[in-house]
Formats: sequence, C-alpha cells, structure tokens
Amino acid sequence: MGEFRQAKWPEPIIFEVGGKGRRGYSLPRLEEEELCEDIQSYIPEKLRRRKDPDLPELSEVEVVKHFIRLSQMNFGVDNGFYPLGSCTMKYNPKINETLASSDKVRWLHPYQPEETIQGMLEIAYKLSEWLAEITGMDKFSLQPAAGAHGEFAGALIIRAYHKLNGELERRTEIIVPDSAHGTNPASAAMAGFTVITVPTDEDGCINIDALKSVVSSKTAGLMLTNPNTLGIFEKRVCEIAEIIHEAGGLLYYDGANMNAIFGKTRPGDMGFDIVHLNLHKTFSTPHGGGGPGAGPIGVKKHLRDFLPVPLVEYDGEKYYLDYNVPYTIGKISSFHFKFDVIIKAFAYILSMGAEGLERVAELSVLNANYLASKLVKIKGFEIPYGRNTFRKHEFVLSCSKLKSETGVSAKNVAKRILDYGFHAPTMYFPPVVEEALMIEPTETASIEEIDKFAEVIASISKEAYEDPERILRAPYNTSVGLVDEVKASHPRYMCLSWRMYKKKFKMGEKY
Amino acid sequence: MPMKRIGLIVNPIAGMGGAVGLKGTDGEEILDKAISLGAKPISPERAERFLSCIRHLSGKISLLVGAGWMGEFEAKNVGFKHIVIGQKKDKTTAKDTKEIAEKMMGEGIDLLVFCGGDGTARDIMDVVGIRLPVLGIPSGVKMHSAVFAINPESAAAIVSRFLWEELPLKEVEVMDVDEESFREGRLSAKLYGYMRVPYEPEIIQGVKEASVLTEDELYNQLAVATYFIERIMKPDTIYILGPGTTTRAITALLSENKTLLGVDLLFNGKIMKNDVNENEILGAIHGKRAKIVVTPIGGQGFIFGRGNQQISSKVIREVGLENIIVIATRHKIKGLKSLRVDTGDPDLDQRLKGYMRVIIDYGEEYVMPVR
Repeated sequence: MGEFRQAKWPEPIIFEVGGKGRRGYSLPRLEEEELCEDIQSYIPEKLRRRKDPDLPELSEVEVVKHFIRLSQMNFGVDNGFYPLGSCTMKYNPKINETLASSDKVRWLHPYQPEETIQGMLEIAYKLSEWLAEITGMDKFSLQPAAGAHGEFAGALIIRAYHKLNGELERRTEIIVPDSAHGTNPASAAMAGFTVITVPTDEDGCINIDALKSVVSSKTAGLMLTNPNTLGIFEKRVCEIAEIIHEAGGLLYYDGANMNAIFGKTRPGDMGFDIVHLNLHKTFSTPHGGGGPGAGPIGVKKHLRDFLPVPLVEYDGEKYYLDYNVPYTIGKISSFHFKFDVIIKAFAYILSMGAEGLERVAELSVLNANYLASKLVKIKGFEIPYGRNTFRKHEFVLSCSKLKSETGVSAKNVAKRILDYGFHAPTMYFPPVVEEALMIEPTETASIEEIDKFAEVIASISKEAYEDPERILRAPYNTSVGLVDEVKASHPRYMCLSWRMYKKKFKMGEKY
Repeated sequence: MPMKRIGLIVNPIAGMGGAVGLKGTDGEEILDKAISLGAKPISPERAERFLSCIRHLSGKISLLVGAGWMGEFEAKNVGFKHIVIGQKKDKTTAKDTKEIAEKMMGEGIDLLVFCGGDGTARDIMDVVGIRLPVLGIPSGVKMHSAVFAINPESAAAIVSRFLWEELPLKEVEVMDVDEESFREGRLSAKLYGYMRVPYEPEIIQGVKEASVLTEDELYNQLAVATYFIERIMKPDTIYILGPGTTTRAITALLSENKTLLGVDLLFNGKIMKNDVNENEILGAIHGKRAKIVVTPIGGQGFIFGRGNQQISSKVIREVGLENIIVIATRHKIKGLKSLRVDTGDPDLDQRLKGYMRVIIDYGEEYVMPVR
C-alpha cells in the first residue's frame, strides 16, 4: 500500500501575514459605476463607521499562496474516499457547478419582479414537482435552508395541524426511535413537544410493543428515518403508520437516508404525511464545509395549506410565488429559496434521469453491503443488530470487541484511518451501538477504493493486536496530529476570532 | 499555583484471591487460604505502572504514600519523590488503610489515589466520604464500584488532567458485593455509598459508552431536575424520593436537603421529612395524593428492591402503579438493557413488568422494558 502524506504548511493566520499598504489588483471602475459614488450619503451620520475595519493587507500573490496552502491541507469528496455515515458524501458532478456559476444565475436578485425571473421560477417549480414525485408527496416548499431546518418546519406543521383541530393542548408528545437522527428529538423539542424515545429491537427495527405502550391520545406524531441509521429498512413501517394514524398522530419522514430508496419505494407509499429531503446529500449538492445546504419539505394534500410560504406555482401561462396559503407556518427564510443549491439538484436529476436515480439506490446499497461483508470478517469488528439481514445504503460497525481486547476504541480507529488518506466514518452514532463506526460508501465510490478501505481496516486490526500504542497516538501523516480534545474544547483555549485572540493575548494569558 | 498534594495508598493484598479462584480477599482467613494456594501480590506492580506514567511529575507535586508496601516501596522502585505516612508493617489490614487515609486527610491533600478493589474503596469511603476527591487504580477481584479508572495508565491520565484542568467532580457509587454469596455464584450487590471522583467519562470504568458527543452528566441531572420541577411537579402531592444523586438534584434545585442514601418526602417544594422508613411513608401518604420518584441503580437497573426497600410493595400499591416516575441520566440508561424490580411481592413485580417511561432530559423520555 503506498503511503499517504498530507501537505503540512506552518501557515500563519491571514492577519499575521502581509504588511501595511499591500494591495491586489482590480480593474478600474466603469464610468457608469461612478454614479453610485455617493452611496455614503444614504447612511445616517451616526451609523457610519468612524475607524477603518482592522482588515489584513496583502498582495495578490500572498493571498493566492495562503489559500492554496490551506486547500492543500484540506480533505474533501474531490480528493478522497469519504465514508461519513448518514451524510451521503457522494461526488458532486462539476456540471452542476458550471450551471450554478453562470452569469444568468449569479446576477439574479431576490427583489426582481416575477416576470423577470420566470426561468428561475420554472426550475424551482419543476424541481418541487419532481421531489413530490420521488417521495410520493403532493406539494413541496423549497423554503428550508438546511436539513434540520426542514425537520423543524415539519414539527411546526404537526403543531399547526393539531392546533387547527383544537387538539394541541392534549397532543404534546412526539415519538422517535432511539436510532433516530440526532436532530429529530431536537426539532420536536424546539417545536414544544415532549420527546418519547422508543428502543430498537435485536433485529434493528423499532420495538413495536414498546411503541404501542406509549401511543395514546397525547401522541402528536412520529419521526422516522427509513432505512434507519443502522442502515436497516423498517419492515413493519405500514403497521407503524397505522398505529400512529389510528391514534390521530401524523408521520414525519426524515429524508437523510433517501439515497437508499430512490425510485424503489416512496415515503408517501409507506404512509408518511410529511417528508424533508437533504438536497446536499441525496441530490449531490456540496456540503460539509463545501457549500450551503437546502432541506425542502413536502406534504400530502391534506397538509398543503400548512406549508411555509412562498410556494412556487404555475397557472398554465406563468410561474409565480404563492403567498396565499391559509394556515401556513409562515416564512422561514429571508427570501424565496436557496437557488444556488436548487439549480444544482435540478441539474443532477436532469442529468441522471429516472433510470439513473434508480441505479444510484442500487449501487449505494450494493457498495455498502459489499464493504460490510468484507469488514465483518476482520478480527475485533462486528455489525450488531439484524445480523442476517442485508443493509441498505450504510451500516454500523462496532469496535466494542476490539476495544475490550486491545484498548483501541472507535475513536482511535477513526483517527488511524486518516493516516491512509481516507476520511473517518461517523463515530459514536447511532448511540444504540457501542463503539460505533457508521459507514456509508455511496454509489460514487469505486470498487478499488472500497477494497483499499477494507485493507486499511484489516491492517489497523492487525496493528491493534500487535502494537496498540501506535494507534493510540495516531494520526501521523495528516497536517494536524492528535489533538487534546479536552483542551481543544475548553473555553479557556478557544479563540473564535482575531479580536478575541488579541484580547486574550493582551491580557497576558499563555497558550 | 501552590504545589498540588496527592495521596497514594496501595492495598498490597488486594486482588490476591482472584487468580486462585477465591473471588475476593476480604478477611484474614481467606488471605491465608489464597497464599497457601500460591497467590502472588498484584497491586504493588499495578501501582508502579501508575507511578511510572506520571514520573515526569516527580518533584512537581507532593506525593504522600503509605509506609512499606502501602506505597513507599512502589514509589522508591519507580524513583518518584515522596513523603511517607504511617509505620511499615509486615501484614496489612483494612485498619491500616483507614489509619493512613485519616492521617493523609489531616496532612491536607487534593486527591487520594488508592490501589485495590471494592473492599479498599469501602474502607477509604468510611474515612473520607465525599469530603475529598478520590480515584481508584483497579486492582481488586470485584470492582462493581464506579470509582475506578479502566487501568493504571488511565488512572495516571486522569491524575494529570486533574492537576491542571480541574476536571469536574462527580459523585459515583461505591458497591458492596457480599463475598460469601458471590463465592456461591449469587450476585447480591448493594449500594454502600458515594465518593467523588474527577470525572472523565472516557476512562472512568462503569460509564459504559465512550462518546465524545455525550453531554456532561451533571448538566443532564440538572436538566432532568429542572424539567421535573417545571413540568411534572404538582401542588399538594407528596413525592416519595428514592436514593441517588439524580433524585437529589431535584431537592438541590429547590434549595432543600435530601439524604443521599435514604428515602425522603417532598411536599409543595419543601422537604417534609428526611430518611423515612416504610411505616413513616405509609403514615404520611394515607389518604393523600402521592407519587414515587426513583432512579435505577447504575449498571444493574433496579428501581425497586435495592437500596430503597423503604419504598415497599405496600407503599407502591398504596401510591398506585400509574404514579411511579422514573428519572435517570442518559449515561445510566445507555448502560442498561432493562429496568428491574424486586419488591419481594411476586404479584406486584409481575404487574410492574412491561414498559416504563424514564425521564432522561428536559422534555425527553425513554421507553424501557421492565423485567
């Protein structure tokens, strides 16, 4: 195996390089731009800045070197395998970027009149219709700016629905399985509900008896991911939906794991009333520091009137923004939607086509099971829950045995993986698995990459039994080595801005 | 910063009964038997492992050690500067552990590290209680208590972090497992008391999962207590509070005093009576609205019948099964597969079985099977 070594520059903070008066070059202004020269006069005297901001001053070449060096010390889907479970770190095709960076897109302004943005509205309308078709919902709102934002919107819709029915006083409880995404309980709690967590059975699915024991007239709804975070499909999802609906509750589907079921089945057909999707996961728009996300929310017909405004509609002649939604939970973003993200998701669906999307689900499931079948044979590792069932798009590896036999924990394994030029899996999640490493290869990983990853895990296992000390001090080949986590997250050592750094420094504290 | 003072007491015979299959070394008779069976001391070596990991601190901290094999020889072997407390003896007993702990307390120390098992932990607890932070280097046969680090190396890591990071202190359980019945293959553990340890969830044993995502246990208790007071507690109802730090967090938030090991009665935000027995509970709740608040014992899951026998089957029947409130931190729940009941009344135990909700955070409940 060739050795990986990440670039390591002793790069100072941008404020520490450059010097007074250094400048980059930019083209001189056009004459007509001079018209705006007096923009200062529009700002009231007392609001005007008196001192120049404390910005670094650098030459063009210094700026270029600085950021290229930082980028060389970075890691992302464009330079390596990134099996971060439940995050769907698939490759983001460059054609999406080409479209999103066209001037026609970049120069759009949210205050433009509707008749001048018909193209943008058409794209948004078509995307929302396609998302409805993919999920089995009837209408989508593109308002939410992130996954958890979409979830929160979903929880607010549940709230608004019960309020309209005069049942909100009574319906105070939202049920979530203990394998749920961490943000599900948070969204429910923020919407004012009490969260009731139901345990997972040995087969990796919801414990239906436990579920039945807590469903009552107090139940407002259930939040579920299917396949769940163990990568297992909830076989009895239709029965679960029936239990909740009979009690008068609503079903919310967390779309984070949509990659597994693209074109194969739909949340709407499973009985869900509300769905959110992560465009930045399933639909290949960048994330993880690579770009903003978007978390559109879709509902069945009977909940359309609760969706956040504006909805994008088409009257047969023109596209328009519809604010006339009777029981809407309101506007939850400053403007219409994240068009830079939406156009990438639109391009992705268009370039893949229906068949291509179905193939995404097949390959992501195949890749996950292929890798799981290799890793489960490695000493010290196991895949608990539903031992004889296939996974969907991801699986959760437990290092529990490895830890008790060698002292090497999931965290240590994750750190050692970095030494081989791979991103670490999601660790210690879901909490139902001890020493968890959650692995999602996605459909864009090649078989060579997957094989190499399995080899790396095998060599880490060997090393754990032979020389555990070496793993405990990993990583060695990355730009940044092992950090002291207690120290790193201690407020005493945190400097969140240059100003804070200077202030602490001036106070004579040592770092 | 003044020089920190650390006490180290090694129980040189701890753990000797283990390898020879005696399941413990409590009592002189057993020790003789162990020696006749060929048992070798193991704790001095483990104490030395601990000391070698913090050797760089020699001279930078004051290390107080027990005389002879109770710490002095180990420190010498490792070459760690030390101050000897007490007199060297050939045969050491529980009395020596207690005397040295007492003397070290008098000398003034910041942390007491001991090397032994549950028995040693109980001897130390008898002397220091919760007045002083302690940490166990595991070297016994039975280590059901939560005061131990995973191994000597992690004990050393905790000590170095404690010295300059000021890790938060947490009260954890000290357990008493009856050796006689343990030898016969029955596990009868009871809660002996609590000691305070520097809290480092990744390497203190007994906290099962090592997650960098888990919230601080103490804040978790505070959140549970806050939720209970704001959203659950009703006026004119007697709350029968079981033992434990989680239930005590409720009274602490109300600025009331609760006993740690006893059962106490709370009424309209005030403690009615501390440390009540079964009859006192029955007398107090007769004809009144009452609820029971209990927390499972960590690692075991008992909500009734361990350490809270005062809340008897009679009390539970009088209060009503629908009026039982179970509270716990996430850490504790994660270490449990189910809740357990042993009220001494088989019919009641049967009725308690099924599923029960446990309040684990502000506005968050977890559904647990009861077995």
